[in-house]
Amino acid sequence: MESTLKLLIKKLTEIFSPSGYETDIRAAIHDEVKRLADDVRVDALGNLIARKGKGSAKGKRIMLAAHMDEIGLIATHIDGNGFIRFTGIGGIRPLALTGSRVRFVSGVPGVIGADRITDPGRAPTLEQCFIDVGASNGKDCPVKVGDVCGFERPFLEVGQRLVAKSMDDRIGCVVLIETLRALKSTPHEAYFVFTTQEEVGVRGATTSAFGIDPHLGLAVDVTGVGDTPKCAKMEVSLGKGPAVKIKDAGMLADPRVVDWMIRTAEKNGIPYQREILEAGGTDARAIQVTRAGVPAGCLSIPCRYVHSPSEMVDERDVSNAVKLMTALVSGPAEI
Amino acid sequence: MATIGNTQIKLLEKLCNACAVSGDEGEVRAIVLDSIKGHADTVKVDTLGNVLATRSGTARKHLRVMLAAHMDEVGFMLVAEDGEGIYRFETVGGLDVRQLVGKPVWVGHDHLPGVIGARPIHLTTVEERSKTIPLDALRIDIGPGGKAKLGDRATFATKFQRSGSSFISKALDNRLGVATLVELVRDAPPNIDLLAAFTVQEENGLRGAKVAAHALHPDLAIAIDSTPANDLPAWDDEDNPAYNTKLGLGPAIYIADTGTLSDPRLVRHFAAAGDAEGIPYQFRQPGGGGTDAGAIHKEHTGIPSLSVSVPHRYSHTAASIARLDDWKNYLALIQAALRRMEPDLLETDKV
Repeated sequence: MESTLKLLIKKLTEIFSPSGYETDIRAAIHDEVKRLADDVRVDALGNLIARKGKGSAKGKRIMLAAHMDEIGLIATHIDGNGFIRFTGIGGIRPLALTGSRVRFVSGVPGVIGADRITDPGRAPTLEQCFIDVGASNGKDCPVKVGDVCGFERPFLEVGQRLVAKSMDDRIGCVVLIETLRALKSTPHEAYFVFTTQEEVGVRGATTSAFGIDPHLGLAVDVTGVGDTPKCAKMEVSLGKGPAVKIKDAGMLADPRVVDWMIRTAEKNGIPYQREILEAGGTDARAIQVTRAGVPAGCLSIPCRYVHSPSEMVDERDVSNAVKLMTALVSGPAEI
Repeated sequence: MATIGNTQIKLLEKLCNACAVSGDEGEVRAIVLDSIKGHADTVKVDTLGNVLATRSGTARKHLRVMLAAHMDEVGFMLVAEDGEGIYRFETVGGLDVRQLVGKPVWVGHDHLPGVIGARPIHLTTVEERSKTIPLDALRIDIGPGGKAKLGDRATFATKFQRSGSSFISKALDNRLGVATLVELVRDAPPNIDLLAAFTVQEENGLRGAKVAAHALHPDLAIAIDSTPANDLPAWDDEDNPAYNTKLGLGPAIYIADTGTLSDPRLVRHFAAAGDAEGIPYQFRQPGGGGTDAGAIHKEHTGIPSLSVSVPHRYSHTAASIARLDDWKNYLALIQAALRRMEPDLLETDKV
């Protein structure tokens, strides 16, 4: 590991910031963008908004959004022996729970166990799982009802691929930061928005889009792939370039935005894939329907094992996403 | 400082015996308007029927705080007449169909008495009795000659009662909140702008709160509501890790529900107010459910929000039960927290 890109990915993915508790990731991203942007502010829901450019006759007010939050767990009950029952924040998959390690926002680590399994062929439900933080009774348990944790898993390189617990969507945050770094000038008034509470229903994007009132919106987020054994059919693979979203469960991307993205990729010789995601949605769906409506699209990073503690992306897709996003924001947005 | 005495309990009784199924909140709205008359600086009823009442603070710098309590309740709507005063109906809001059969109801603005009819045990088979009767097989019977119309709402015909230190009613959710908010308007703390919203249509999707928050555009918001307690003593803690809240432990502060992740600064502020003034409180278990905060916090560029609820058992049934002490502590906690709101409350980072 040498590249600054990988160091940034490692730094951002190893921070614990589940939805609603984005303070640490916000501080880390603020540190990265404060020297790159013309202006940085935080809104009432905690979105970090970095502006670049003042706009021009040929420019638009553009909102680029990547969410800072990650899925996590929240304590609902501490029993007499100090075991913690919990529920999910965002789309938790019970299959990935037992044996996972977690870390609370306060820093306390723990492991996930489950009630006795009577049917070994069936994954335990959320209600059957608990977190063990090494407490010997309820009174000395350092976790209280309502405390929040994320999955503990260090960043890992496997060949060309990068694995981390929160690629969704720290990798989008990395793409926006690197775009901001690469951007020499822009005709636009471009807002790089690092949003909160995406995993619980695109809440941060809803309010930041209202505040920015953009002419054009793009999300950067992960998408599923169809290149692993016996997976659902999907025409997106790791390593074949960032994906231009055409449709997901929450949005039909504006065809003019799709055309602009594809045209720009082809003109600059950047590989890309066309994406149709049958389930899932991104911040773009909130941007699209804010106020009187906004042309919106999404640049996706193909990602395996989304919402597991080992989400995998291809480094080349990340670099190409930065190139494409930089090209998009550098020139006029002809849609 | 206002507390809960006979006047407040009388108001709660009146509010509970009124019928205000979502979309038809006029009866409760009239009581609210009457109760706050002369106490607010401005009062208006908006397009959807929310009552918006404001009281300006006297401090030079102060926060604008929205307090939202929904006026509506779950119930029924008549949708077709079968003849002889027998009506098909739909449920409004979250109701368990298993609990409807055999219950007396009040229909329409005149509270016409009726019953959700049931075949008597003499005429049913063992097999029939083991199955839930589906909604489309249930009818409300008010007898011939009644003046009900299609579209009329109906509620459970449960009169408010006191039983020792408890209240029993059909509509503690959320007349407890409405009665509390009336008290807060009548005796508002001077350090904030108090923006009261008595909202409509919470039970069918937080519809009134959304437009009320847009109009009031506050610095922060508190949803004033009621939440289920699932704490029957038949369970001890080990057997029942999903109690939601418990009766007698005081007001329930929300950290997370389906619709909202409470602003951690407001959670801390309310807990600190309780600690400082010796007012008991509990944290509602994070999980499902939702309040007006779910709509409010997403309005404009975001409104930091929190929900605080009175616990009550058997919510959304014909008769729920709450404790007087929980209500007293509820009002006390909200008053203490509001009084302690400094203008810089939201200037620290969120966590």
